[in-house]
Amino acid sequence: MHPIFKLIAQRVALGIMLLFAASVLIFGGTMMLPGDVAQQILGQSATPENLANLRESMGLNDPPVARYFQWLGGFLQGDLGTALTNGRDIAESLGSRLGNTLFLAFWAAVISVPLAIFLGLLAVRYKDRWPDKLISAVTLTTISIPEFMIGYVLIYWISIKAGWFSSVAIINDSMSLGAKLNAIAIPVMVLTLVVLAHMMRMTRAAILNVMQSAYIETAELKGMGMLKIIAKHAFPNAIAPIVNVVMLNLAYLVVGVVVVEVVFAYPGMGQYLVDHVAKRDVPVVQACGLIFAAVYIGLNLIADIVAILANPRLRHPK
Amino acid sequence: MAVEPLLKVRDLKIGATIYPPGERPRDIEIVHGVSFDLEGGKVLGLIGESGAGKSTIGLAAMAYGRGGVEITGGEVHVSGRDILKSGLRDVRKLRGGEVTYVSQSAAASFNPAKKIMEQVTEAAIFQGKFSKQDAEARAVALFAKLGLPDPENIGDRYPHQVSGGQLQRCMTALALCPEPDLVVFDEPTTALDVTTQIEVLAAIKDAIRDTGVAALYITHDLAVVAQVSDHIMVLQQGSMVEYGTTDQIINNPQEEYTQALVSVRSIKHEEKKPGDTPLLKVDHITARYRGTNFDVLKDVNVELHPGQTLAIVGESGSGKSTLARVITGLLPPSDGQITFDGRVLSPDLPTRSLEDLRELQMIYQMADTAMNPRQTVGTIIGRPLEFYFGLKGKDKQTRIQELLDQIELGDGFQDRYPAELSGGQKQRVCIARALAAKPKLIICDEVTSALDPLVADGILKLLLKLQKDEDVSFLFITHDLATVRAIADSIAVMFQGQVVRYGPKSQVLAPPFDDYTDLLLSSVPEMKLGWLEDVLANRKMESAGN
Repeated sequence: MHPIFKLIAQRVALGIMLLFAASVLIFGGTMMLPGDVAQQILGQSATPENLANLRESMGLNDPPVARYFQWLGGFLQGDLGTALTNGRDIAESLGSRLGNTLFLAFWAAVISVPLAIFLGLLAVRYKDRWPDKLISAVTLTTISIPEFMIGYVLIYWISIKAGWFSSVAIINDSMSLGAKLNAIAIPVMVLTLVVLAHMMRMTRAAILNVMQSAYIETAELKGMGMLKIIAKHAFPNAIAPIVNVVMLNLAYLVVGVVVVEVVFAYPGMGQYLVDHVAKRDVPVVQACGLIFAAVYIGLNLIADIVAILANPRLRHPK
Repeated sequence: MAVEPLLKVRDLKIGATIYPPGERPRDIEIVHGVSFDLEGGKVLGLIGESGAGKSTIGLAAMAYGRGGVEITGGEVHVSGRDILKSGLRDVRKLRGGEVTYVSQSAAASFNPAKKIMEQVTEAAIFQGKFSKQDAEARAVALFAKLGLPDPENIGDRYPHQVSGGQLQRCMTALALCPEPDLVVFDEPTTALDVTTQIEVLAAIKDAIRDTGVAALYITHDLAVVAQVSDHIMVLQQGSMVEYGTTDQIINNPQEEYTQALVSVRSIKHEEKKPGDTPLLKVDHITARYRGTNFDVLKDVNVELHPGQTLAIVGESGSGKSTLARVITGLLPPSDGQITFDGRVLSPDLPTRSLEDLRELQMIYQMADTAMNPRQTVGTIIGRPLEFYFGLKGKDKQTRIQELLDQIELGDGFQDRYPAELSGGQKQRVCIARALAAKPKLIICDEVTSALDPLVADGILKLLLKLQKDEDVSFLFITHDLATVRAIADSIAVMFQGQVVRYGPKSQVLAPPFDDYTDLLLSSVPEMKLGWLEDVLANRKMESAGN
């Protein structure tokens, strides 16, 4: 068998182990919170007797390890439990929320990733000249401003003054794709501006690093033009670090968009999580936490695998 | 009207911006008005030490300045056109088409992410000289001419899948593929082992002859350039010292500097007889690196007597540096033991006594990376004085100055930083640091390999003088047989982890030889016209005789 499969299998196994470790942390962390689910449900009306009854019926008196495996087992079968606050099935309400979050993240990624890489290449081509400085200045400015601030500024100028897109990003299943895109246009812009700088700077640094190599000089001495050298000789050797930072930012787009969702009242995972943290709805928080962890680990796993595949020494051993 | 030469360089001036530490950047001139002609189909050797400007001049033939280097004046005509006055578009047409380049390190000059064939044919196709099909056929023919194994398929491999010597030949194929008028060879064999160098050199020479291409052959090794060039130009610090036919430069050099280059290795060293008790005894050492399944050293036995020099000779990968790691305790052996000054050394560095550490010092190939760039020379040499002898204050200062005098650096060096020193001076500071510990044995790992011949000569003389004064022993690791001849008392020849020949210098370097030592010795270039042909003819005869 090709040795590269072994490497990839190792990575995947490591990812799964990491996910288990994360689930233990999440479960353990929420266990340490004062009070328990029974107390939350009963609230003011808790008497020692009905507390004990409820604990018995919910299985809260079982040892924590058993409860952990019960929770995890349910999770693996798609049973995320029921929310305490409204008694609804978590999997059901989470499903559509997750879909919305991924929808927003997807469109933000579709715009920001190619744009960031293109700007990075451009910055390398015009290194230390005005286009490079302009790109760096603009992207560093947008990453430095808090995202809610950018959100409000864009709402003011684009939505209210120019009247182009909606300022509220509420979407539902009955809307057409066009209407949905219209609704999320401004949040997508905000997210793009937030993640652009990181990916652009990393692309620039990774390619500049490769541009120091002797084989770039070889290409120059073949009479090739700069853009062609960057695209043909430098970029393939800079893929691994670029993919790495792209994946980190994609993970951020899924996991870290809480603020943007709240600003635009977007019905995504982030807002769902914030709502239920406020209401101390522990099962929902646990479910969201584990899904976020899975997204993070999954995307980084992809980055690792791409880095392995991009390395010709691993792909074509001696 | 006389025929216009292929390459005509007139009063070429090249400048660079330097950034001295703590000062403002300033412009300096590194080539001061060099002129020469090169006719089509001829080979001109550019020779000089590092900093002579030979690579810079070679790249100027492609109107290229490496890093911050800029051509500031003069003319460079290729086939009658002044390429310094051409626009970027015309220069790009020239590069990779009419003039091509072979670099010192093919390993670094090939893109690791692309197949060899794609890179070899790229310029020929890109410049519109050949169709993809013709270029690939041409590449295969060149692979065959350059003696590469399996020429039909080697192009499908990636650079890391072939050896260094093979890759250097691929680089030559890359340069010849677009059918250029001129190839700039920039130290194409310097990074190779001698036994590989001779093969690549012969391949390059044949290829130049068969394709009728002109070449600028840049090297610091006069013996190598004597084998391939028609004319030689000697450069020193950006100026021409002497220009003449190869025969005249080698056999009848006019200038003092050229004479010094030709007669380098002036050291005569009388071999010392071994005493009764050895200082160092390497006893049945077998070693391997963790996580590997083969022995890098196989049953190595050598001895070194007090005040003498044992040279460990071998090519890269022969295990000579690993032997140094075992002796210093960096790599505990899997079998065997090291006896030093009558006591058995602990195999593992952390369990050795301070005294063991003090008596066994090391000097490295790259003096640059062996010193902390943020410490002054005084601090660097003072450190072992504090660490081993607890010297402080005035005593320490006096001792540092003594050591500096010993390495012939004199006053004013204590407060300088490594970056302000030349390559030879840096290596001297490293020697002083080793000497500061008053060691009985110094392991010298390729200490002169990164230095120019004249500078290396000075270092070797210094080491011999110190040996006489301090009665210190040297374990001298090198791939350079000329160095071995100059300083060794006994020699161990290593090949694939084994000592294949061992004894006093006079015995090891005298026939009858074993096969490997014979190959190694006969591969060292000699400063003699026609040496390459003689050696190859000899080898052919021998193999025919067998």
